[in-house]
Amino acid sequence: MTDSAVPFRSTVLRRPLTRRERLDLPRRLTLVAAAMVIVLVGLLLAFISWNGVQLFSASHVSLGDVLSTRWQPDSSAGNTYGMLPFIAGTLAVTIVAALIATPLAVGLALFMAEIAPRWARSITQPAMEVFVGIPSVVYGWLGITILVPFLREHLSGVGFTLGFSWFAGSLVLALMILPTIATITHDAFRAVPAELRSGSLALGTTRWQTIRHILVPAAKNGIATAVVLGMMRAAGEALAVQMVIGNRPVMPTSLTQPLTTLTSQITLDMGNTVAGEPWNQALWTMGLILLLLSFGFVVLVRVLGRGKARA
Amino acid sequence: MRRVLLADRIATGVLWAIAVVVVLILLAIIGHFVIGAIAMLGPSFLLSEPSDSSVGGVGPVLFNSVYVLVLTLLLTVPLGTLGGIYLAEYAGSGPLTRIIRFCQELIGSVPSIVVGLFGLALFVNATHWGFTALAGALALSVFNLPLMARLAEQAFRAVPDDERSASLALGSSQWQTIRHVVLPLAIPGLVTAIILTAGRIFGEAAALLFTAGLSTPTGYDFANLNLGDPRSPWSPLHPATTLSVYIWKLNSEGLGSFVRQIADGSAAVLVVMVLVFNLGARGLGRLLQRRITGA
Repeated sequence: MTDSAVPFRSTVLRRPLTRRERLDLPRRLTLVAAAMVIVLVGLLLAFISWNGVQLFSASHVSLGDVLSTRWQPDSSAGNTYGMLPFIAGTLAVTIVAALIATPLAVGLALFMAEIAPRWARSITQPAMEVFVGIPSVVYGWLGITILVPFLREHLSGVGFTLGFSWFAGSLVLALMILPTIATITHDAFRAVPAELRSGSLALGTTRWQTIRHILVPAAKNGIATAVVLGMMRAAGEALAVQMVIGNRPVMPTSLTQPLTTLTSQITLDMGNTVAGEPWNQALWTMGLILLLLSFGFVVLVRVLGRGKARA
Repeated sequence: MRRVLLADRIATGVLWAIAVVVVLILLAIIGHFVIGAIAMLGPSFLLSEPSDSSVGGVGPVLFNSVYVLVLTLLLTVPLGTLGGIYLAEYAGSGPLTRIIRFCQELIGSVPSIVVGLFGLALFVNATHWGFTALAGALALSVFNLPLMARLAEQAFRAVPDDERSASLALGSSQWQTIRHVVLPLAIPGLVTAIILTAGRIFGEAAALLFTAGLSTPTGYDFANLNLGDPRSPWSPLHPATTLSVYIWKLNSEGLGSFVRQIADGSAAVLVVMVLVFNLGARGLGRLLQRRITGA
């Protein structure tokens, strides 16, 4: 009776489907729908990689040239496509954003998990959801109409002569990733077994001692995962950063000076360049770098998650 | 001993302060747009066309946002729900399931500007469509399809196993159980998921810059119902600047004396929509839950 016992494939195909097989059709259909994501990843990798390597294969720009700091795609003296300013810019803006957002986000998560009375939680919880939902152009627009003028008018004394700066980009990003980090960290705190908490409190410790010495160490990996996911979002964010960072292809040296990132350069130049010219191909290479960077973050999150499972 | 108690007091105070400050920032953002632009959010701004000589309106842009949203949902909701059914009801823990989950994570991590590049290469250039609403919707589907599948999976998993056992014990097949027992019970969760993804799609801009296009839409003829005609606003092949993209475009071009007002008004519309989507997801989800379970 079992289907696998039928010796020839052709006979299986000719006879009408058994009841079991017919009932299995939904299984196959839903599997195809679920497996579409594999096709998408494949297509994405293929298209971005193929376009991303054209700079090297078709325009014969050397890797050494790309790994330099000189970005002059439009110069009469000879074009160079140094991408270090963009890569360094992306990392610099992301790291400072995480440095600003993490203490606030972890504090907020602790508040929601350990301290907040019910009424306060009924405010912070939906607030986080609304926060995450605000579109990035709105953050960018806020940055350019409020933050940048503020920096320029009141803090030009400390170097914010233009307002557009590394710091402005990081601050806008920090605001954007704060709810992401807070929400995931909150989950990590809630996943800490209640016995650890009550055990510590029963020894006569204060709430703060329990938080510092029991909760935070126990949720360490969860917090790390949250920060990495936040940084992932920050590194990939395009429009909000582009609007406030000033877009100057220099290596990051001062928080008060304009900078640029991979995403903002793609956003700015894609419409002004022609497909097939090296400048355009360089933008695709930046896209490929971003793609590999984000896949790297995913692997990092997996490693952190595995650490948690083992502990 | 005193020092310890003092530290506890101070820490509690600091954590309260952080929470208050964060909530105040959010309220300030919402207040800034809603109060600052409430005067603009009338029919003349929401419905009329952009203009060079006056504030004009965002009618066509708002229409495009809704159009691209609906198109994207048509692409992602059915497929995503089916994918979610597989992951929640059929999938084991074999290598295929693991690969699917890993790929979902990968797609979730891809920056939207890179998805935009992918859309440009595949849906704009390779298809020779040019910038179209359909290309934009397809690009948005790239990351919203896996997201929808994941949210749908959660909605199906939230249905108690007792319901499945009861149905299977009555002799129904697994598909009959899913179709007639699990799916109806999962609908409140699915609706919440759809509204939440809709909010994301509505605000997305980076993936649309190079797919749905940047042209300022004017002269929309809503009487033109020829779906094959790229000049018809109803055609999936018409270039479709959405509201989010429009804000970015206004800022980057910086032309005209009304840019500030128009962008403030557009941002206000976006913020209000986010609030509507969020409250809608909560309210409708709860309402359906009550209707369907009769609780």
